[in-house]
Amino acid sequence: MNFELTNEQTMVRDMVRDFAQQEVAPKAQELDRSAHFPEETFHKMGEMGLLGIPFPEKYGGAGADNISYMLAVKEIGRACGGTGLSYAAAVSLGASPIYYYGTEAQKEKYLVPITSGETLGAFALTEPNAGSDAGGTETKAILKDGHYVINGEKCWTTNAQYSKTVIVTAVTGRDSQGKNIISALIVPTDAKGFTIRNPYDKMGVRASNTCELILENVRVPAENLLGDPKSGFKQFLFTLDGGRISIAALAIGIAEGAYEKAKRYAQERKQFGKRIVNFQAIQFKLADMAMEIELALNMVLKAAWLKDNRKPFTKESAYAKLFASEMATRTCNQAIQIHGGYGYMREYGVERMLRDAKLMEIGEGTSEIQRLVIARQIGCDSL
Amino acid sequence: MNIYVLMKRTFDTEEKIIIRDGEVDKEGAEFIINPYDEYAIEEAIVLREAHGGEVTVITVGDEDAQKELRTALAMGADKAVLINLEELEGPDHFTISEAISSWLADKDVDIILGGNVAVDDGAGQVASRVAEKLGINQVTTITELTIEDETVKIERDVEGDIEKIETTLPLLVTCQQGLNEPRYPSLPGIMKAKKKPLANVGVNELEMNEKELTAKTKTIDRFLPPPKAKGKILEGDIDQQVNELVHLLKNEAKVI
Ligand SMILES: Cc1cc2nc3c(=O)[nH]c(=O)nc-3n(C[C@H](O)[C@H](O)[C@H](O)COP(=O)(O)OP(=O)(O)OC[C@H]3O[C@@H](n4cnc5c(N)ncnc54)[C@H](O)[C@@H]3O)c2cc1C
Repeated sequence: MNFELTNEQTMVRDMVRDFAQQEVAPKAQELDRSAHFPEETFHKMGEMGLLGIPFPEKYGGAGADNISYMLAVKEIGRACGGTGLSYAAAVSLGASPIYYYGTEAQKEKYLVPITSGETLGAFALTEPNAGSDAGGTETKAILKDGHYVINGEKCWTTNAQYSKTVIVTAVTGRDSQGKNIISALIVPTDAKGFTIRNPYDKMGVRASNTCELILENVRVPAENLLGDPKSGFKQFLFTLDGGRISIAALAIGIAEGAYEKAKRYAQERKQFGKRIVNFQAIQFKLADMAMEIELALNMVLKAAWLKDNRKPFTKESAYAKLFASEMATRTCNQAIQIHGGYGYMREYGVERMLRDAKLMEIGEGTSEIQRLVIARQIGCDSL
Repeated sequence: MNIYVLMKRTFDTEEKIIIRDGEVDKEGAEFIINPYDEYAIEEAIVLREAHGGEVTVITVGDEDAQKELRTALAMGADKAVLINLEELEGPDHFTISEAISSWLADKDVDIILGGNVAVDDGAGQVASRVAEKLGINQVTTITELTIEDETVKIERDVEGDIEKIETTLPLLVTCQQGLNEPRYPSLPGIMKAKKKPLANVGVNELEMNEKELTAKTKTIDRFLPPPKAKGKILEGDIDQQVNELVHLLKNEAKVI
């Protein structure tokens, strides 16, 4: 057993850290205020190969592992939660399903543009009436004359306005037991009848592009079906398992950012003639933060390692996501507490982190759903 | 074009530095490529992109310096050489430059690029000594470099003014801020770096005699500057303040 990162993993982390601190962090505050998507940053990330980290070179990727990818997400998240969310969504939700389930032709056509940074990617699962219960998907795709005709509505799809294609889940039929068959389809965003808007005013991750999708008789060729038509559901469960590790990594990044700010502030701020870091009450908060961040990171690295080594990681990714996201909310909340009234002011940047962190408990499966996954994994269903 | 870069691994002077028994505590320090050497690496890659050839990055250090060499390879250098002088007692700028020169002695050198100074000791000696030893032209603190055939046009920074120089290859230059914007290593670059050659060279593989191996200087001690004392605000009317100031400068600071 070896807890040390490899040379490459360290280099990726350091390189992304440098980039994120110099190019992303200085913009975070303004992006949050204006809810502006940092397209320029993503161009640079594409040039550096960040959007293709965990994919092989032959698909335009860097051929690095998932551990390196998680370290990269963490570093971007430490600088800006919203930029981090769009980054994680592009790789884990936009590119991954095509890499894992696409045909060679689909990878060539749809994966390479994402890994090379030419476009982002998006995955539209959630609907106004189907959130945690993805089985309740209402969007329908009917196969007619070699084309799927899609009708329905999706909500909160990350990155859709900056993607050339979106992966859309839809009901394509019923199985022998009468249950809906849900499949995934690659839909070009410029298809006729496809409307994409971003009408949401979000609490946090405001730099991230969050979209509403309306599909009215959108026609895509049958070959745009992604993976096995019958196991669309299984496919997106696997996709979400992977995505969860990245959301956990993002949560850790945000928490690290808040912890570092709080630590610095505690060393500067004086009350009762002392630096507040000398008060044990403040020290204990910082001790808890440091410990929880490290524990969460260990879980993320383990889950990513399992994925890299092609071992089951469903339970571990749920552990990582659940613990890291709740930890991030706690940490950011305490970081504000350490800042006192200043922490409540936008200028100090920690209140933004709390708003950003909260999404981590909701996106890609709420904390409740993570507990359901874990309970199932530890065999509660069969007790 | 045969391009060589002299690179040093240094501790990050922007991070906290702890000194124990006259040595910088390696556990606590962050290590980086000397920032001026990053300009040298970048310029070397730009030269290769324009003129073809190969970039070899050389460092003198211990095993840990492999990390910085790999970073240089990830930025785009082709080869790396680690000269390990651990066997020697306290190598100084002289011994280090002798070691680099003897490794370079049988190489066909067109240009060598180094940093202006290293941010840790600020000596700025090694590169210039190498040029002297190899008997090639050298220009320090350059901010612009153009090579056409054998002719080299250079702008160098002289205390804020610019000096324009023309010289010829083979040549050694040291790089100053303003020369370029060093690139980030790309992800594919990082992955490719591990497959690029990194040679380890020990003292016995260099043809160095006793005199060249013996340091000319010895570091007696290292210490941090004393923490800045609290400032003093003088009180009273102007005359009183002036008198107090003169008194303090005479008797406390003892500068007049
Ligand atoms: C900023 C943002 C970006 C997003 N990006 C994407 C994206 O790119 N693609 C995409 O498809 N979706 C995306 N989503 C949607 C997100 O994944 C869903 O919001 C999430 O899965 C929860 O669904 P819901 O909001 O409908 O909540 P609901 O499912 O309605 O849940 C409401 C509450 O009930 C709880 N609950 C539900 N079922 C159970 C149960 N069985 N047991 C116990 N408690 C339960 C939930 O935990 C929650 O607390 C995004 C959301 C946001 C806010």
